[in-house]
Amino acid sequence: MENQQTKQAQVKKEPFFRLVKRDTLPIGTVVLIYAIAIVGSLLVSSLICSAFSDKNPLQFFASLFGGAFGSSRRIWLLLQDTALLLGVAVALVPAFKMKFWNLGGNGQILVSCLAAVACMYYLGGKIPEFLLIILMTLVSILAGAIWGVLPAIFKALFNTNESLFTLMLNYIASGLVAMFITIWVKSGSGVLYPLPNGHFPELFGNKYLLTIIVFFVLAALMFVYLKYTKQGYEISVVGDSPNTAKYIGIDVKKVIIRTMIISGALCGVVGLFVAGSIEHTVSTASANNMGFTAIMATWLAAFNPLIMMGTCGFITFVDKGMVEVRSAFGFTNDSIANIVIGLVYFCVIACSFFITYRVVLRKPLFKLGKNKTEGEGEV
Amino acid sequence: MTVFLVSAISIATVLLYGCVGEIITEKAGHLNLGIPGIMCMGTAGGCLGTSLYMSVAHENPSWLLLILISLVFAFLFAAALGGVYALLTVTLRCNQNITGLAITIFGSGATDFLMSFVDRTHFDPAGKLFSSALPFAESLGDFGAIVFGHGAFVYLAIAVALVCAFVLNKTRVGLHLRAVGESPATADAAGINVTAYKYVAILIGSGIAGLGGFYYIMDYIKGSWENAGIIEAFGWLAIALVIFVLWKPHLGILGAFLFGGCYIVAFVLANVTSTQKEIIKMLPYVITIVVLIVTSIFDNKENQPPASLGLPYFREDR
Repeated sequence: MENQQTKQAQVKKEPFFRLVKRDTLPIGTVVLIYAIAIVGSLLVSSLICSAFSDKNPLQFFASLFGGAFGSSRRIWLLLQDTALLLGVAVALVPAFKMKFWNLGGNGQILVSCLAAVACMYYLGGKIPEFLLIILMTLVSILAGAIWGVLPAIFKALFNTNESLFTLMLNYIASGLVAMFITIWVKSGSGVLYPLPNGHFPELFGNKYLLTIIVFFVLAALMFVYLKYTKQGYEISVVGDSPNTAKYIGIDVKKVIIRTMIISGALCGVVGLFVAGSIEHTVSTASANNMGFTAIMATWLAAFNPLIMMGTCGFITFVDKGMVEVRSAFGFTNDSIANIVIGLVYFCVIACSFFITYRVVLRKPLFKLGKNKTEGEGEV
Repeated sequence: MTVFLVSAISIATVLLYGCVGEIITEKAGHLNLGIPGIMCMGTAGGCLGTSLYMSVAHENPSWLLLILISLVFAFLFAAALGGVYALLTVTLRCNQNITGLAITIFGSGATDFLMSFVDRTHFDPAGKLFSSALPFAESLGDFGAIVFGHGAFVYLAIAVALVCAFVLNKTRVGLHLRAVGESPATADAAGINVTAYKYVAILIGSGIAGLGGFYYIMDYIKGSWENAGIIEAFGWLAIALVIFVLWKPHLGILGAFLFGGCYIVAFVLANVTSTQKEIIKMLPYVITIVVLIVTSIFDNKENQPPASLGLPYFREDR
C-alpha cells in the first residue's frame, strides 16, 4: 500500500499551475483591476436584465444613471444616502482594521435610532427643542456604544467569537424595536408614524446638507485618527499581530474595548441622523441593512476612509439606479437589484485574489517574448 | 398543546437542515454566512422541480417521484450557490465573511426573481402530498400526530443529522474533515487533500441547508409564497443554532426543537400581549449569546469552534 503511494507520487508531475503571493501592486494596476471587474459585472447585469424584458442593454445603463442622477432631488438623495452609508463604514473601519469582525452595524444603528425616537416620543413637546436634540444625541450615541462594547468586553476577556455575537445582537436590537413599537402604537398596526418633535435643523434651507457634511467630515477625521494618532497605530498593530502588540507593551484588551466603544458610538450617530433628520420614526427596517452593506464598502476601500467615500458612493449609485431600472424594465419586485448588487460584489471580491496572488503556470500558455517566461493569470 | 408541538417540530426541521449544513461547512473551517441565501436558493430550486413535475403529472402525481425530483432540484440549486462560495473562498481565498454576505444578498434576490417565473398552479395538491403523514398516524390520536404525523422531509432531516454526526465522529472521512477545519496545514502535511475536503464539505453542506427552505415553503405553508425574507431569517437563526449546539449535529436535533418551540410559542399562546410575544421571539438569540459566552469562558477544547474557522488556507504561508 505504502509502496503504491510513493510510486504514484513519483509519477505525479509538477502541478499545472501554482500560486505565489504578490508584493504590493502599484495603485494604478489595482484600480484598473477593480474597474474592469465593476464594468464587466455591470455589463453582465445589463445583459441579464435585457434578456428578461423587451429593453436593450443600452437602456439599462441609461436608466441606471438616470435613476441616480436624473434630477436635483435624486442627486441630493444620492449624496445623503452615500453620507449615511459612509457614516456606517467610518464606524466599522476601526474595528475591521483591528480584525474585529463587527457584523453588528445594523443592530447598533437600530438601538441608537430606537433610543433617539424614545426621547422624541416621551419628551417631545415637554422640553425645549434644542434640549431634546442634545438629549437625543447623547442617548443614541450611548446606546450605540453599549451595543458595540458588549461583544468587545467578552472578546477581550474570554475571546468570545465576535462575528457571531454581533450577529445575534442585530436580531435582539430588531426585537427591541418591534417590542417598543407594540408599546407605543396602541392600534396594533405595528407602524409608528413620524413624530413631530426633535427634527434636526435645515442648513441653508436644505434638509440633506447637514447629514452630508457631518458624515464626510467624520470620514476625514477617521482617516486622520487611523493614520496619524497613537491610538490608530495601536489598532493596526493589534489587527496585524496581537502577539507583537503584547510584546511592545500595548494593552490589547484596552484597545479592543476602546475601539468598539468608538465603533458603536459612530454607528449611534448614524442611527441618530436616521431618527432625527430623515425618518423621524423607527421600524425594524430603519437600519436599511447598512450594517452589512458598509462592510462591503470598507473592505473594498481597503479600510481607507477617504477611498470609502468613493466605494460608498458607488454602492449607493447602483442601489438608486437599480430602482429606476426596475421600473423602466417592468420588473415586479426589487429582487433584480439584489441580483445585480450580488454580481458586482462577486466580481469585486474575486478581484482580491488577483491582487494578492499571482498564478504561475508550469509552462507559459503563449510565448510572448524572451523577457516574459511566466504566464500571468489576471482577469 | 398538540398544535404547538407539531408546529415546533416543523420549524425545527427548517432550522435543523440549515444547522446541519452549516456545521458540515464550519467543520471544514468555513464560516458560511451565505447559508440564508443558500437556503433561499434551495427553495427556488425545489419549487422549480415541483412545478416541472406537477405540470407533467398533475393528474396523478406519484408521491415518491415528486419528493425525489424536488429534493434533487433543491439540493442542486443550493449546492450551486454553495459552489460559488467555495470557488471564492477556497480557490480564490477571499474573505469568508464578505463572500458569505454577498452570497446571501445574491441568493435572496435570485430566489425572489426565480420564484416570479415558477408556475404555482399545482402547488396546493403538491403541498398536500409533501405533508402527507404515515397512514396509521391518525389512528394513534395526539401521539400519532406528533410522532408520525409529519411529511417525509421531517424524518429525512433527523436521519441526515444522525448520519452527519456518525460520519463526523466515527469515520476516517469525518476525522479528516475535522482535521482540515482545525489545522489545514497539519492535515495537508498528513496527506489529506485539503481543497477537495473543503469543496465537498461546502457543496454537501449547502445542499442540505437548501432543503430546509424548501421544506418550509412546500410542506409547512403548503406552497404559498410571498418573498425570501422569512427564509433568510431562518437562515440566520440556523447559524445561531450551530453555536448553541456546539457544532454537534446530534445535539442539533434537540436544539432545533427548542429554537422551533421558542419561535412558535409566541404565535400559539393565546393570552399574551404582543409586547410579550416580541420578548419571547428574542429568546433564541439571547440564549445563543449566553451559550457563546459560557463556552468561551470554560474554554473546553471539545466545545470550541473549529480552530481555523474563517481563515483562508494558503500552503505557502507561514
